[in-house]
Amino acid sequence: MKRLWAKPEVPLAILLFIAFVGGWEGAVRLFAIPAIVVPAPSAVAQAMWTGLASGEFVTHFWVTFAEVMLGFVFGAGSGFVIGVLVGLFPLLERTVYPYIVAFQTLPKVAIAPIIVIWFGYGMSSKVIITATIAFFPVLANSIVGLRAVPRDQVELMVAFTATRWQIFRMARLPQALPYVFVGLDVAIVLSVIGAIVGEFVGSQAGLGYLILQRNFNLDMAGVFAILIILSLMGIGLHLAVMAIQRRVVFWMDSGHDRVIGA
Amino acid sequence: MPQPLISTRALNKIYRTQTGEDVVALRDVSLDIAPGAFVTVVGPSGCGKSTLLKILAGILARSSGEVSLAGRPIDGPSRNVGVVFQAPVLLPWRNVLQNVLLPIDIQRLKRADHEGRARALLKLVGLAGFENKYPSELSGGMQQRVGITRALVHDPDLLLMDEPFGALDAMTRESMNLELLRIWEESRKTVMLVTHSIPEAVFLADKVVVMSPRPGRISEIIDVDLPRPRDLGMMVTPRFGAHVAAIRAHFQSLGALDA
Repeated sequence: MKRLWAKPEVPLAILLFIAFVGGWEGAVRLFAIPAIVVPAPSAVAQAMWTGLASGEFVTHFWVTFAEVMLGFVFGAGSGFVIGVLVGLFPLLERTVYPYIVAFQTLPKVAIAPIIVIWFGYGMSSKVIITATIAFFPVLANSIVGLRAVPRDQVELMVAFTATRWQIFRMARLPQALPYVFVGLDVAIVLSVIGAIVGEFVGSQAGLGYLILQRNFNLDMAGVFAILIILSLMGIGLHLAVMAIQRRVVFWMDSGHDRVIGA
Repeated sequence: MPQPLISTRALNKIYRTQTGEDVVALRDVSLDIAPGAFVTVVGPSGCGKSTLLKILAGILARSSGEVSLAGRPIDGPSRNVGVVFQAPVLLPWRNVLQNVLLPIDIQRLKRADHEGRARALLKLVGLAGFENKYPSELSGGMQQRVGITRALVHDPDLLLMDEPFGALDAMTRESMNLELLRIWEESRKTVMLVTHSIPEAVFLADKVVVMSPRPGRISEIIDVDLPRPRDLGMMVTPRFGAHVAAIRAHFQSLGALDA
């Protein structure tokens, strides 16, 4: 019992979950709410089981997951590389950055239909939409991070005859990594949104496609089951980024009080 | 007198502020520092003492005048110099030994050839056994010791220190002063240390360079004739007190000290 009280939030959180799901189930039954409006948790569980057992969810999961990962890698990768170039050459920042900001103010959801027309209904359009969304947070955080090195640190290294490149490699780049990871964490969560938006606009596979299909058939329980899978995917990817961060940026306390997707 | 290690003649430094005004940070500074000497520079803020140190370190350009290190004009950072700032500025992702070896990495020398010296120096500053610790695991005083070790690892002739103990508490500061003297006596480096503490300046130095502000200039150079090796007990002797009082009176006459 003592151990339980040491971390009271754990049993309390579980109790809250049980109370919420139980209340939801009870309310749906008590007020006889139609399943096409709000499905009961038991119906969602049933839909989840059917979807997983038939392999349908699994197939479409991998499609969406691949889109998320590829889009994230391309978007975050180019964001980091351009961020580093901009950080290395201040002139580049002044020349290019206004255009990048202008591009960022453009809602990616709004250009998604164009990208689907250009790149087709297959995976590549989803990957590109995801990449455009994942790009900016990594870029912006990389630029800020590369500026974060203390002035004293730079002066000290200059006094020890360090070259510009050495200062970049030995001080500025490692110093930027915690910031880069903040960007990566935001980007990975946004990447899931990007892939689903792409699938909504036009696709033949993926969990977003499956949601539209279920919605069309008024299969609310099925939609809820897919939403749970999507949210688990997002949480899993976020935790993966955190785990990598703890290894790479081992000298920093991990930012557990950070807002997801901020 | 042998050839001075550091020599400045009519050194001037003028900054231009953002509003376009010229501020004279250093005016007509002429100073010789003999090899092996321990020189402290003391003065109120704005007297240009840090500017002088940065010019000697080669990280700030002079406006006019001459400044040389070992007979050669200073026109950039030199491998023959080690620097210590007020903040230890250690790299948090490098452990103590790797931080100490930073100048070796910068000079593209082999770590293996200098690791022995780095370990010996760490032992000298009382940090044996801490080689694999990270900066966040060390106290402020220990971090600054790592900073001093880093400044010595490439065996420079000149050690430049800009208020190295300014961020430490009074007791740590005293023990660091003693330790620095011990290191200096063993390594026989030339040391120039900038401080705003008059007792610290007197306790450490052979020669105290007294500077005054607006414009920053040398107003007096005082030879400290206290015997060596020094200990903290000397700080209560009349001779020590006389030096401190003389410097303090000097600042007071300039109106540079409020206290």
